Amino acid sequence: MAVLVIAQHDNARLAGATYNTITAAAMLGGDVHILVAGSGAGAVTTAAAAISGIATVLWADGESLRYGLAEVVCAQVLAIARNYTHLVFPATAWGKGIAPRVAARLDSFQVSEITAVVSPDTFERPIYAGNLIATVQNSDAIKVLTVRAAAFAAASPAGGNAVQESMAAVPDSGKSQFIRLDSTPSERPELSAATVVVSGGRALGSREKFDEIILPLADKLGAAVGASRAAVDAGFAPNDLQVGQTGKIVAPQLYIAIGISGAVQHLAGMKDSKVIVAINNDPTSPIFEIADYCLEADLFSAVPQLLAAL
Amino acid sequence: MKVLVAVKRVLDHAVRARVRADGTGVDLANGKMIMNPFDEIALEEAIRLKERGTATSVTVVSCGPVSTGETLRTALAMGADRAILVQADIELPPLIVAKLINAVAAREVPQLILLGKQAIDDDSNQTGQMIAALADLPQATFASKIEPSDGTLVVTREVDGGLETIRITLPAVVTVDLRLNEPRYITLPNILKAKKKPLETLTPAELGIDVSSRIRTLRVSEPPRRRGGIKVPDVATLVDKLKNEARVI
Repeated sequence: MAVLVIAQHDNARLAGATYNTITAAAMLGGDVHILVAGSGAGAVTTAAAAISGIATVLWADGESLRYGLAEVVCAQVLAIARNYTHLVFPATAWGKGIAPRVAARLDSFQVSEITAVVSPDTFERPIYAGNLIATVQNSDAIKVLTVRAAAFAAASPAGGNAVQESMAAVPDSGKSQFIRLDSTPSERPELSAATVVVSGGRALGSREKFDEIILPLADKLGAAVGASRAAVDAGFAPNDLQVGQTGKIVAPQLYIAIGISGAVQHLAGMKDSKVIVAINNDPTSPIFEIADYCLEADLFSAVPQLLAAL
Repeated sequence: MKVLVAVKRVLDHAVRARVRADGTGVDLANGKMIMNPFDEIALEEAIRLKERGTATSVTVVSCGPVSTGETLRTALAMGADRAILVQADIELPPLIVAKLINAVAAREVPQLILLGKQAIDDDSNQTGQMIAALADLPQATFASKIEPSDGTLVVTREVDGGLETIRITLPAVVTVDLRLNEPRYITLPNILKAKKKPLETLTPAELGIDVSSRIRTLRVSEPPRRRGGIKVPDVATLVDKLKNEARVI
């Protein structure tokens, strides 16, 4: 029997979290297959076939799959689900939207956002915003999992030579229609896969100041940009930069928190970072209780100094 | 348009969750319980739809022990018209909750089922999508804007790369994100009024749902704690530490 990873992509490139999901899938026993459901996603299937440890790439190509709508991708997965012991999705907004839909159709008790594989039927997952870890055992014939990318290393993008098989694309559901995606194009690394993250909080005060203080430091360090919920709510940064319990979960080598007090919900998204730096003028901020290096300073003078010193 | 809102009773996020003595669950005995904040946002949206004349009625449903009735009274005080408690004294995984709510929906026949994108206790993020799957309805998850339009809904979603807008047909399931709205405060007159609103109690057996599951929690533990680090006096020291001690730049 084999394990199926459902690839996240934009028809041009695999999303970073897919690589980490493959690493988790390889711990489950059995061959790892990957499903690329898309439209004109030839480059994605080529990239998927080259990933180390992939035995088979299944390619479903059709207009119905262009935008990765949950109803259609779910149907595509269900068409082959019975061939697998595990269906494994990245725990991104996309994967979280689809996996439970698949699980319910299979009458399977999904295990969300696993952070460790104890055995092929037993997994660790964080609960209560990461304040507790639950070890859960699932006895479904087909197990549905989502994988927290930050908890697993990325699979090597090279060295593999997978078989490529095409499969018929399922039709559109007729119930859901893509209208548009509003995104801010960025040359910076993907937040959930970056090795360095520079995050700003409410203390930045405005969108202009957020951009003026945070972005040059991020660019100097080749870092991704993150934000606290307070900064996103206040409109200083777009929603997809939110780090926290309900936003993105990151675990970079270096996380620099600037003007972030460190609410529990924010800490849930970054406390597994290797090294944490906090710059804040309030010595009582909870972020100082978990940061490795705490600089009590006015961020508006400290960050430009830091930039100059690098 | 009839709206059904599903809510969960959870431990207050301000209360520190502790491991139960037997090590296989979370101690809820003395903690303050609240309505899951995401579900509160879903309920607020339903009430606003009714105030704007789009929704004709708002029914709220929750699954849990009898104390869950308190959360449903809160929902009635916020502005829901009726409440349904599906009483169950065991912990219910998301798939079972989805089956129970789907069974309630089969009786209520709502045009729209609204709920939070996740509960802040188990952080599963499953129930809405599972209801949609069981009822074969379209779904819009992580909604930050919901606009009814010619018998459909145009929903803006918080996705990985920004904001995605989709159109779904009705009936549908929508799960809501943080920035959809700010829930209202409950007033005393509304608390008094809520006492007179109907609250019906059902059992899983009456709904024909088997609550046994194939998932169990073997143990719950605290993760290794991160120790607070050192204070650095200035930027120069910070840079030195990052270069020579942590070696991350």
